[in-house]
Order: sequence, then C-alpha cells, then structure tokens
Amino acid sequence: MTPTSSIAHAPSCGLSGALPVRLIARLDIKGANVIKGVHLEGLRVVGQPAEMAHRYYADGVDEIVYMDVVASLYGRNSILDVITAAARDIFVPLTVGGGIRSVTDIIAALRAGADKVAINTAALARPDFLREAARAFGSQCIVLSIEAKRRGPAAWEALTDNGRERTGRDVLNWAEEAESLGIGEILLTSVDMEGTRKGFDIDLISAVRARVRVPVIASGGAGFPDDVADVARATSCDAVAIAGMLHHGLETLPSLKTALAKRGMTVRL
Amino acid sequence: MIHVVDYGRGNLFSIVQALRQFGLEASVSGRPADVERADTIILPGVGAFGDAMAALDGGGLTSPLRSAASRGVPMLGICLGLQLFMESSEEFGHHKGLGLIPGDVRRLSDAGHQDPSAVRIPNVGWRALRWETRDPLRPAAYEQTMFYFVHSYGVVPREPEDWVASLTINGDRIASVVRRGAIVGCQFHPEKSGPAGLAFLRAFFESAMGRRTEGGRVREDA
Repeated sequence: MTPTSSIAHAPSCGLSGALPVRLIARLDIKGANVIKGVHLEGLRVVGQPAEMAHRYYADGVDEIVYMDVVASLYGRNSILDVITAAARDIFVPLTVGGGIRSVTDIIAALRAGADKVAINTAALARPDFLREAARAFGSQCIVLSIEAKRRGPAAWEALTDNGRERTGRDVLNWAEEAESLGIGEILLTSVDMEGTRKGFDIDLISAVRARVRVPVIASGGAGFPDDVADVARATSCDAVAIAGMLHHGLETLPSLKTALAKRGMTVRL
Repeated sequence: MIHVVDYGRGNLFSIVQALRQFGLEASVSGRPADVERADTIILPGVGAFGDAMAALDGGGLTSPLRSAASRGVPMLGICLGLQLFMESSEEFGHHKGLGLIPGDVRRLSDAGHQDPSAVRIPNVGWRALRWETRDPLRPAAYEQTMFYFVHSYGVVPREPEDWVASLTINGDRIASVVRRGAIVGCQFHPEKSGPAGLAFLRAFFESAMGRRTEGGRVREDA
C-alpha cells in the first residue's frame, strides 16, 4: 500500500492538530510520604506515593516525576523502592530526582525502574557530570532540574537543595550551558510560585525556553486549569508539572483535561 | 518462548511487567543461545546507535538476530531497537545496523527555538500517529490514540509498503511503526504508553504468534 504522504495535515505529528502538552504529576517524596509545601518549604504530608501514583495513572496522567526532597541533605532513602513498586504496574514514564550524584546513582535509579533522572545540585557542583551522564545513558535519560528564584525583572538565580542553598548562577546561562553538555529536558521550577496556586512564572518559562532548544517542563504555581492553559499558550512549553492542584483534590486529571480541551488545547484522552 | 534481548540498554523491567499484564512471561538475557531458541524476540533499547551495535556485536548477538530474522521468527524492535533493524545510521558518524529492514536512521530536524510551533528535539511526549495501512496493530480509535516518544533520530524505510504508521516532525516524515514480514518495529515506547501501549503489545503478540491470551495463559489459536 502506498503511503498517503501528500494529504495535508497539521505541521507536526500525526492527525490530531497541535501537540498535546504533557501533564506530569509531581510527587515530592519525604521518606514514605508525598509531601507538599509552599516555596518548597513548610512541607506537609499529603498522601502515600503508591496510592497517589496509581490513582493518577488510572486517571490518565502522562508522566510521573518523583523528587526526593531530603536526599540532597541526608543521602539515600527509600525512593528507589517507591519507583520499583510503581514500575510494576504503571506504564508511563517515571522520572526520579533528588540525590542523584553519580553515574552509579543513575544506574541504581534506572535499575529500580526509572526512565529518566532529574539532576540539580550535583550538576551545579560539577557541570561535567551532565556530560558524563548524557554520554553514558543518552540525552533522553537526563533531565536538568532547575530551582529558580527571581532576582530581578528578567533575572533568576539557580538554587539547590530544595530551594535552600544559593549558588549565584544565573538560570538562563546555566540552562544554556547544561544544554551544551547534553541534557534532554529541563524541569524548571519557580521557587517563588511553587505551592502558591497563583499561576506559573511565565516570564521565567519563556526566558528559558528562548535560550534552549530542548523541551522545557513548567513547574510551580498551578492552582487552576487556567494556570495550565495560560502557561502553555504564553510559552508553548512542552509539559507542565502539577502537584498541589491534584494532591489537594482541587482538580482530577479528567476534570483538568476536560477544562483544557474546552479552552482549545489538545489533551491525551 | 518470548525472549527480551538484554545488551545493557533499555528499560527491560517495564517490558517484562507489561507482558505480565496479559499473562505472558518472557526470558531476559544477553545469551546468544537464548536468541537462537526464541520463538518471539523483543529488541529494546535507548541510547546511542553505534554504541548499541557495538554491544550487540561484542555480545555475539548480531548473527543470532539476523539468523532468527531470516527464519521468520517474529521480532519487535522498540525505539533504538527499531533503529537497529535498519541498514545504517548517521548518529555520531556512520554506523551499519542489522540490515533487516531496507532504509536508514536520520537525525530529526531541529527547526530552531524561535519557532513556537516547532517540535523540540529530543521529540519527547505523547503523539498521535498517521496510520498508513490497516495493520492488525492499528488501534480501533487510531486517529486519537497517542503513544509516548522520546528520541532524536528517526527511521526512514526505503520500501513504501514497510511503513505502517508515520509521524511528521518539523517537516520530516519518519516511520513510527514499521513492518516487514514478521519483523515489526515501533519508534514509541509501548511499555510507557499506558493502556494504548499495552494493547499495542498484545496485538503484536496475537498477530505474531497466531495465538491468543486467555485467562493468563497462552494457547494456540484454533
């Protein structure tokens, strides 16, 4: 049969029109619990990772990111067990971050069932770690996690250790440098907006997106479906990480998708 | 026996777990003898093409895979596994592949970061496919069904009849599902594509083995 390549269709990807924005559930993990705070601080337990991940998967989540909020401070804990349990019957991409410091850590995460790792602190301490990681596992496996704190109208500082430590690094320059080292995606969290339900830092997402070519995941500030629609429209970001909106039951994934579809966005059904 | 080829690349755990969802058990190893005796083969993979071919060569897996293909053993290549089925790739130089499907592997066009409608490379995310044929792997709701992709290279089969489904990325058309006889490849990750991915895998085994899974057991189709 001859392929019908001449039929006009959307500029990219299949028949469904615009690319869907990936809806990623972000689970910040502390020990055996999922926690949630404001500005990455004041953390409260909101549930159990296994129950929440299974619920989000059944509801049609596109991806799950697990961030171990204490690993950078105290070393390893049980997040790899959490990943292994999830990978048994959750068939969407799983990303693990928090405490990934070496190629050995990445191997452990992938063996546990993760598809990608998110790296922040260790990369800022030694940027060449990103190059080694991308070379060993492929760019598609290496997500740069940035915790961005606004320092001016168009300036942000990269923080580490869950927003606790300053680095003096400019986020835009850091994103560009990290891309040149071979990362495959950027998980971009606004520390200012995180946990506020006041919407994403659209300036930040736009500014980073203009500086790099890899996909950018907007994170921090989603309180309502309009926040997701606004950031997707204003920045054309590839993906959106959602935490409190789902964890606190303000929306479910089906209700969020329905709301986004009503606003003309492409979502995965 | 279903055999998943382990050459140190790819998320084998998820593939094995996905098959278990519909009652299939798979062996996993890098032993050439296991490839030789398999009646269905899955070649997974993520990472770089040349590096992966070197791993297959070094593990003595290249010739058992070619031999299985020539005997008509059903094979499913996933992501880099599909790319390895092709004749060659331009990833970091020029590399020869397994040569089971005529055609090559090309870098996806980067349309530049100023164009907001451009697909970013790596192409990461859920995409609907353009189905070119009425293949048994085509889902019922094929126009809406999305699968999860993560890749920077794409395959371009030379023979039009080998294209089962395609994707157009920044103006370039690449194959997202390929079939040549018993050899099938998909550029997306069915083991990461939720219920649609599981259904795709199940359809592959049903069509490949002429078998049907029932009550957790595999039986010969009457």
